[in-house]
Amino acid sequence: MAGSWWWPVTSGPVLVALLIGGIAAITSGIIGVFSVLRTQSFAGHSLADIATTGGAAAFLIGVSQFWGFLLMGIAASAMMEVIGVQRRRGRDVATGVVLGGGLGFAALFLYLGTQRTSTTGASFSILFGSIFVVSPDTVPGIIAAGVVTLIAVALLGRRLLLTAISPDLARARGVNVRLTGVFFLMALAATVSLSAIAIGAVLSTALLVGPAATALRITRSPVKAIVVSAVGGLAATWLSIWLAYESYYWPPYGHGWPVSFFVVALVLAGYLLSYARRPRKAVPPRSPHEGVECSPA
Amino acid sequence: MFTGLMANTWIAASIVAVIAGITGFFAVLRGETFAAHAIPNGAFAGAAGAFLLGVNVIWGLAIFAVAGALGIGALGSKARHDVVTALTLVLMLGVGALFVSWSTEYAEQAYSLLFGEVYGVSSDEVWPIAGIGLIAVVAIGLAFRRLMLTSAMPEVAEARGVSVRGTEIYFLIVMASATSMTVPVVGALLMFSLMIGPAAAARSVTARPGLALALSVAIALVITWLSIALSYRTNWPLGFFVGIGGALFYLIGLAARQLGGSLRPSNA
Repeated sequence: MAGSWWWPVTSGPVLVALLIGGIAAITSGIIGVFSVLRTQSFAGHSLADIATTGGAAAFLIGVSQFWGFLLMGIAASAMMEVIGVQRRRGRDVATGVVLGGGLGFAALFLYLGTQRTSTTGASFSILFGSIFVVSPDTVPGIIAAGVVTLIAVALLGRRLLLTAISPDLARARGVNVRLTGVFFLMALAATVSLSAIAIGAVLSTALLVGPAATALRITRSPVKAIVVSAVGGLAATWLSIWLAYESYYWPPYGHGWPVSFFVVALVLAGYLLSYARRPRKAVPPRSPHEGVECSPA
Repeated sequence: MFTGLMANTWIAASIVAVIAGITGFFAVLRGETFAAHAIPNGAFAGAAGAFLLGVNVIWGLAIFAVAGALGIGALGSKARHDVVTALTLVLMLGVGALFVSWSTEYAEQAYSLLFGEVYGVSSDEVWPIAGIGLIAVVAIGLAFRRLMLTSAMPEVAEARGVSVRGTEIYFLIVMASATSMTVPVVGALLMFSLMIGPAAAARSVTARPGLALALSVAIALVITWLSIALSYRTNWPLGFFVGIGGALFYLIGLAARQLGGSLRPSNA
């Protein structure tokens, strides 16, 4: 194995992993702040689980998982909207019903896939991710999806914050709350398919929620929170890739530890540290007129 | 289709459907949909750990499910509920990913734990499922009024000296122990479908709690029976039919409400 212990990046797959992990972490960190503020962590997680269905379908027809994740995620977010995710009360149930149906199809596609190729390994790379085996052909698509999502969120960031914090005020100012919600779910679906490629569909929630929740505990300004969340997510992901690479020398020998495990561990450590840093105090909700602020996550 | 091993399948799956119908009803009523998803799903990681240590999978499932319920219940009041649920879930799944990566033979079994393996349920497995199912139903029956009150009117419950948080943790633990027993049969992912679909469909049709509970159990049973029969005929995974069935019944429920709508206040 070439390279010194502190700079193992001499192999193509690791470079690709760092690149994809970085894009996924930054996008998730930014979108994550919005999804925590909008209390849509469940939607984020469900979109990731449903993306599994797309991943399984892609596996079945033999195209890159990423496109499966992306298309199925966007379809599912549209479905959630139709069923009624926009009402705060019924939102979790609507999300859950779409998730349940999506998982049914995932079971079918994985079954058909394993029938054809008689391997169960595919379920695992879809569910838990394997960042070191992402084909370099997918990279331009991943970069494009990340950039488009970030530009869209940059353009609509204020509107997203306003509808998250006070839908009534947003409506009074002429913002189409429902359209903003659909748009947000689509951005969420794209983000989740990025992180699903990086750390696996079922664990992409870690990158989405962890850094964002930590950042929102540390700072109350949304802009600062977005920066902290993106930087924190990026640091956790790159450190995890390095640790996973090093873990080939750890017991049990011959098996690397999965990147996704390290991401989860680091992200949770960060969240728990944010509790230690500042004791939680009750913060009275402020009017959005005084500048947009948000309560700790 | 009803003989030998299949007889155990029908019995086990019917018990699972009753448990799912009842716990799912309260999960939907109390807005614990995400927890209902997170607990069985995270428990799957415990099964991976048990497999690695060579102990019975049930223990791994039970320990992770109860730990997850305690984590969600204990931290839930300190921070945003959905954030805590999400982080508890990914913690369990992250550990699960680590376990899975350590044991290469696990993949086959993991698939069945995620998506269910209802055929070939042995009679040894039917009794624990029946036992834990009975305990869960009794536990919910004992706390029925309290569960209803804290779901519908938390402030009134507090005023009457009922601990809302205590009730939540109680419910989560009952749900955790019930679902951990059923995961080997229907799978972690589809236990969730069976809990949410029927309960959501029942709630969209009627606002009366008793009727909705009965309807939720009935729908769960119908979905389960249909799914077993279809899965037996087509050889397609049971989970597919359960997942689609739950969503279909919910849509039928919504359509029924649209038709008979204005008679009743909405109770989404």
